[in-house]
Amino acid sequence: MKLSVQLFARARDLAGTSPVEVELPDEGDVASLRRALALKFPSLAPLGPHLLVAVGQDYAGDQQRLSPGLEIACFPPVSGG
Amino acid sequence: MPAPYIELTHHPIDYPTLTERVRSPQAGAVLLFLGTVREFTSGRQTLRLGYEAYPQMALSKMRELAEQAAQRWPLTEVAIVHRLGLLELGEISVAIAVSAPHRDQGFEAGRWLIDTLKEVVPVWKQENWSDGTQEWVHPGTSGNGAALLVPDP
Repeated sequence: MKLSVQLFARARDLAGTSPVEVELPDEGDVASLRRALALKFPSLAPLGPHLLVAVGQDYAGDQQRLSPGLEIACFPPVSGG
Repeated sequence: MPAPYIELTHHPIDYPTLTERVRSPQAGAVLLFLGTVREFTSGRQTLRLGYEAYPQMALSKMRELAEQAAQRWPLTEVAIVHRLGLLELGEISVAIAVSAPHRDQGFEAGRWLIDTLKEVVPVWKQENWSDGTQEWVHPGTSGNGAALLVPDP
């Protein structure tokens, strides 16, 4: 399945664009999304394990299943305030 | 508690109006927290800060935090506003106004709200240092800016 992923802050700058498209197996989960992003955008490596994933505007763990049509975002640790 | 007031804005935060918004005859205490742009961080000089958000999720997380605070403390009203865009030194980046029957509740809730906002609300700041470089602030990541020195246009 093809997923569109919004990137923010330094993640977007390193990838050079947002949103990005990644291809995952149909049973793909957040962990497989991380692997697909790392493969497609090696420039994200400095953020690697620090990247957070949000699905449907809420933080998602690595086991969460993904499907087309979900709102998916990936970003580095937050620093508002 | 009535629905909290939550806002993201590209304009200066009108904190007197925000404070008035939470005042109430049911409250004996009104607390206002302002986060402002500081000039020096660990000896480095900031010219301005850029703030970016994942807006829909930031609003929903800010609302969630206000509601959680109202469950933990008997708050009368809560209002949270975060500014986005480029901010000059001294400008207000975030304002949290809380009212409660008693001051202890207000202080505790206000402290918890700003601490938790900084941990979970998807907003990011970018340092614009006085040496012309820019650097995203992403706590816990190493080499934040070293690979991303962008000359200030």
